[in-house]
Amino acid sequence: MTAKRIALFGATSAIAAALARIYASEGAELVLIGRSTEALEQLATDLKIRGAADCKTVVTDLGDAGNADNAAGKAWSAAGGLDAAVIAFGALPDQAKAAADSGAMIRAIDVNFTAPAALASALAGRFESAGSGTIVILSSIAGDRGRASNYVYGSAKAGLQAFASGLRHRLYKAKVNVLDVRPGFVISPMTAGLDRSGPLWSRPERVAADIRRAIDAGKGVLYTPWWWFWIMLVIRALPRFVFHRSSL
Amino acid sequence: MSGAGSPSPSPQTVAAWGRLSASTHAILRPSLRADVPAALSRGANRCAVRGLGRSYGDVALNPEGALLDMTGLDRFMAFDPATGELEVEAGVSLGEILAAACRPNDDGSGWFLPVTPGTGYVTVGGAIANDVHGKNHHRAGSFGRYVLGLTVARSNGRIIHCGPDREPGLFSATVGGLGLTGVILAARLQLRRVAGLAVESEHLAFNSLDEFFNLTNGSEADWEYTVGWVDALATGKAAGRGIFSRARHAPNQRAAPPPHLPRLSIPATPPFSLVNRASVRLFNAFYWRSARSARRTEHYARTLYPLDGIGNWNRLYGPRGFFQFQCVVPKNDARAVLGELLGRIAASGEGSMLTVIKTFNDMPSPGLLSFPMPGTTLAVDFANRGEGTRALLADLERLTVEARGRIYPAKDAVMSAETFNAGYGHALAEFRRHMDPGLTSAFARRVGLESAS
Repeated sequence: MTAKRIALFGATSAIAAALARIYASEGAELVLIGRSTEALEQLATDLKIRGAADCKTVVTDLGDAGNADNAAGKAWSAAGGLDAAVIAFGALPDQAKAAADSGAMIRAIDVNFTAPAALASALAGRFESAGSGTIVILSSIAGDRGRASNYVYGSAKAGLQAFASGLRHRLYKAKVNVLDVRPGFVISPMTAGLDRSGPLWSRPERVAADIRRAIDAGKGVLYTPWWWFWIMLVIRALPRFVFHRSSL
Repeated sequence: MSGAGSPSPSPQTVAAWGRLSASTHAILRPSLRADVPAALSRGANRCAVRGLGRSYGDVALNPEGALLDMTGLDRFMAFDPATGELEVEAGVSLGEILAAACRPNDDGSGWFLPVTPGTGYVTVGGAIANDVHGKNHHRAGSFGRYVLGLTVARSNGRIIHCGPDREPGLFSATVGGLGLTGVILAARLQLRRVAGLAVESEHLAFNSLDEFFNLTNGSEADWEYTVGWVDALATGKAAGRGIFSRARHAPNQRAAPPPHLPRLSIPATPPFSLVNRASVRLFNAFYWRSARSARRTEHYARTLYPLDGIGNWNRLYGPRGFFQFQCVVPKNDARAVLGELLGRIAASGEGSMLTVIKTFNDMPSPGLLSFPMPGTTLAVDFANRGEGTRALLADLERLTVEARGRIYPAKDAVMSAETFNAGYGHALAEFRRHMDPGLTSAFARRVGLESAS
């Protein structure tokens, strides 16, 4: 069997890097796309030592949706086609700031919805022509129900969930899967400002291992770790008069 | 996204592995080596340095102060499979090295860690800062002997490359330097070639300390890994009974890399310690009868990392946490002192499950404050029952000092400044010259290791 070819967009994010390491240990060919040359090069060296057959880097600002087509094309040709593309970039905005300042809100929506959706779109046609593969989109449990504490980020992720659902529907005939990954609370640089004590926080390695299995299983939606499926089922079902009194 | 300059500190509650206290720390978690100098110089606050948090006491704590979390620097930098020379960032764990660089060749041989403590969940930076040792100390010495070079960030902004033959003063102070001489950013290590990654092991019962010493002395020439487990609750004629384990790499026997995550995990802290007199008595009696076994070939993880299969096992000791005590006493009176230490422990009734004895040979470490010395080491764990436990620890500490031994900082939570000075005084003047005024720890303050600033 030939080596798997995997592209990771936002490769230095904690979950993407952990996933890249799993694939590296299996001898995959990797393409890392991100903003910082230094961080990408250091990760690429690491992945080659961990067993990656090859590891290329593409430096671009993925937060700008205008770069999506170019980034998708470069990643696709760097490995001569892809078996999976993982869209893992995003940024957790300061909710209070985003609620008060429409510029901050628009930037948050752009980086968490517009840019990843544009990228998924740019990748879709290539996978469709190839007739196989998986597009992995990292949304979030925050997209399951808008909450006062986090609805700007949550609404962008909700948009991404709907986008993933529609894209999956479209690509079904082409035998291309779209996996919508909804991580819970993950200990990563993105959440460094939050209080991360408590049993609901997970390590990115755990989340990455779940994603790896879901890609192989051809799943459509993955809550990771699994218990978030049940928590979010309850939160979505809460009647408004209860929900409104909570501080979620 | 990471990699975007130096992060701002976030307040988090942090406990050491013994879970004796939990306190707020301002955590800085750099993602790139280049971020560390800025993180170090942020504010006038002194900083402590932490890896995977496997130190039992307070060497990596700084309550209400700043704490540099190094686990974000976890990249391999270079590996030469021809020579076994490996360069890694300080936050890479020993388990990750085994997974990435210690894979078996077709003939079962491979590169292996020259020295490893009883868990793979420690960072390279932590292994160097505590100059850890393992079951092969009699043959290999401590971890610091295999460090070819270090990249160290000082709080004045300088990045210094040091090694046995380059800035040797800073190098000797940093190996075993408890994170007080600078922040280790990266290390070059020499791996060891073994003819088979799997090990051949056997477990033999002994009925007294004399039998233990006969077994260990008779095994050291042919067995790379040796260790004794003692039934710390046994008294009278049974006193000193235990299980002697020895192992060596088995030529041409393969062993796959260990899994990345533990198979089992203790999900939460029980409201009281599950490690109590009754359960320890039960465990010890069971282990004494069942652990002995004939020679067999097995995965090295079974021999070297018996507890790594259970995540968060430290939670079993309940909300009050537990103490570890590890001392080394010089060779000449080791037998008598060990007997006395074990006698005190048995008489106190403070049960210990993981009571371990091991002989150290004269394998000098480059580290000024390195713990091992020729003699015998004893490691014990006690659930924290408050005053009674502390009184026993004070007793063991006094006996150690009287025997001209010393206590292992990585395990310690209680030793006095006098005890620390008695054990490490020979090197302290030289060590202080290399301390970084920007670094500190609760341990350093407790034992009077404050740099002049």
